[in-house]
Amino acid sequence: MIKVQNLVKTYGQIEAVRNISFEVQQGEIFAFLGPNGAGKTTTIKMLTTLLRPTSGTVEIDGLDAATNQNEVRKRFGIVFQDPSLDDELTAWENMDIHGALYGMPRKIRRERTEMLLKLFELSERRDHPVKQFSGGMRRRLEIARGLLHTPKILFLDEPTLGLDPQTRNQLWSHVQKLSQEERVTVFLTTHYMEEADRVAHRIAVIDHGTIVAQGTSAELKQQTSTETLEQAFLALTGSQIRDEGADSSNDMRNMAKMFRRPR
Amino acid sequence: MLTIYILWLRQLKRFSRSRARIIASFGQPLLYLLGLGFGFGPIFEKAGQGNYIQFVAPGIIAMTVLFASIFSGIEIIFDRQFGFLKEMLVAPVPRLLIMVGRTLGGATVAMIQALMVTVVCVLAGFRPSVAALPVAFVFLALIAIVFTAMGTAIASVLSDFQGFQLVMNFLVMPIFFLSGALFPLNNLPKAMDIIARIDPLSYGVDGLRATLIGVSHFGVGTDLIVLTVLSVVFMAIGAKLFARIQI
Ligand SMILES: Nc1ncnc2c1ncn2[C@@H]1O[C@H](COP(=O)(O)OP(=O)(O)OP(=O)(O)O)[C@@H](O)[C@H]1O
Ligand SMILES: [Mg+2]
Repeated sequence: MIKVQNLVKTYGQIEAVRNISFEVQQGEIFAFLGPNGAGKTTTIKMLTTLLRPTSGTVEIDGLDAATNQNEVRKRFGIVFQDPSLDDELTAWENMDIHGALYGMPRKIRRERTEMLLKLFELSERRDHPVKQFSGGMRRRLEIARGLLHTPKILFLDEPTLGLDPQTRNQLWSHVQKLSQEERVTVFLTTHYMEEADRVAHRIAVIDHGTIVAQGTSAELKQQTSTETLEQAFLALTGSQIRDEGADSSNDMRNMAKMFRRPR
Repeated sequence: MLTIYILWLRQLKRFSRSRARIIASFGQPLLYLLGLGFGFGPIFEKAGQGNYIQFVAPGIIAMTVLFASIFSGIEIIFDRQFGFLKEMLVAPVPRLLIMVGRTLGGATVAMIQALMVTVVCVLAGFRPSVAALPVAFVFLALIAIVFTAMGTAIASVLSDFQGFQLVMNFLVMPIFFLSGALFPLNNLPKAMDIIARIDPLSYGVDGLRATLIGVSHFGVGTDLIVLTVLSVVFMAIGAKLFARIQI
């Protein structure tokens, strides 16, 4: 469903993404993990046609993302890492604009908006301007909006940022349901390892713009001889810093070693 | 079509809910109208040029459209800062339609503001010719489109508010002051005359004056042609730059 080959993005001197390749199958939940600044958001922007890659190709549902932008855009929904709502408008209006932009007929737009606002417990506030919403409510609205046009692929860039445990739990249950029942493909990033461990079928770890490991949670743990995904993550991303030989990396390296030591 | 409509509607809703913007749209024009109208009026009339309020009101109305339009266009910077731009850019619709919807919405808002200011002018003693109002309306629309598209073009290349002040001081204010909004374009020094001819707003002011008070410098036909051509040109430039935005 998603096929990425030799993807590169440089911003002037900064190499944000350095030659990554991977594939995600239909219905699969794929977690893209990495420390801050690793290149996760940059990758998502390229996958979602918002950013032109410096080189490399992106294929979405068999279509080249560079040449079939609109067709590709119809197929995915996205929850951005940063806010993307119109604060002056109400929850309902934000949903309605989205539905209209995705060419949904009025009736279906309404039905699905009602259903999703209910699901994310925003029905009561649907006619309030978003600027009066709490952080969590905004986040829920963004997620609901991303699902509105029944996308085949879902990009979630740290969707649970700022959400309480109840809502996170509910979100992931819903995502799992979509993946199982409707074969929706999910590409997510998160800094909560236990979330990735729980929902992801497969995980890629990216650091400094390079994919340093790929596999199931179990495989990553095995590969690094660690017991939790968090330890595996630290082992993997810690070792990457050591390769660069930066001074400040010593702490990380030691931490990584510590985790690798059998208890 | 739905894309254009929904984004047009969005601009209108944003405007109608912002009380500050509605009040502000009266402030500056009122200042110019009262300050200049009653301050300069007597001198202007002594010089044998007729009633100054009558003369300056179309200029004030044009000014309102200018500022409101540029602001509507520049609002893209807000959309970028608050993130809604991403939502529009990732949607499966050609950027051209997004740009057109936004621009028409912004232009409509600017026209509403201009109509409100027209009412104020009338209250202050302005007496436009009623028969020509439909043509004046066309001029309002053309001015609004030209400058909203210009604002969109500028906002597409600016990434934050830092450049905004620069644009206001070195582009928008000169466009206003050198357009003949406040003084007649007859007998200007050569340099000023050339600048006034380059300034798109000159043709808007002249067109409004021609229709509302029956005084024209360039001629209504010229005004109409120049503004129509400029609308197309600026829409094209705006659309092109908007299509290139990356985030
Ligand atoms: N517009 C930009 N111009 C220049 N550099 C950028 C730009 N956007 C991102 N970068 C750089 O690219 C690198 C990757 O950034 P990216 O946002 O993809 O990281 P991330 O993995 O999403 O991190 P986080 O977990 O903090 O969200 C960083 O070094 C960042 O500074
Ligand atoms: Mg990120």
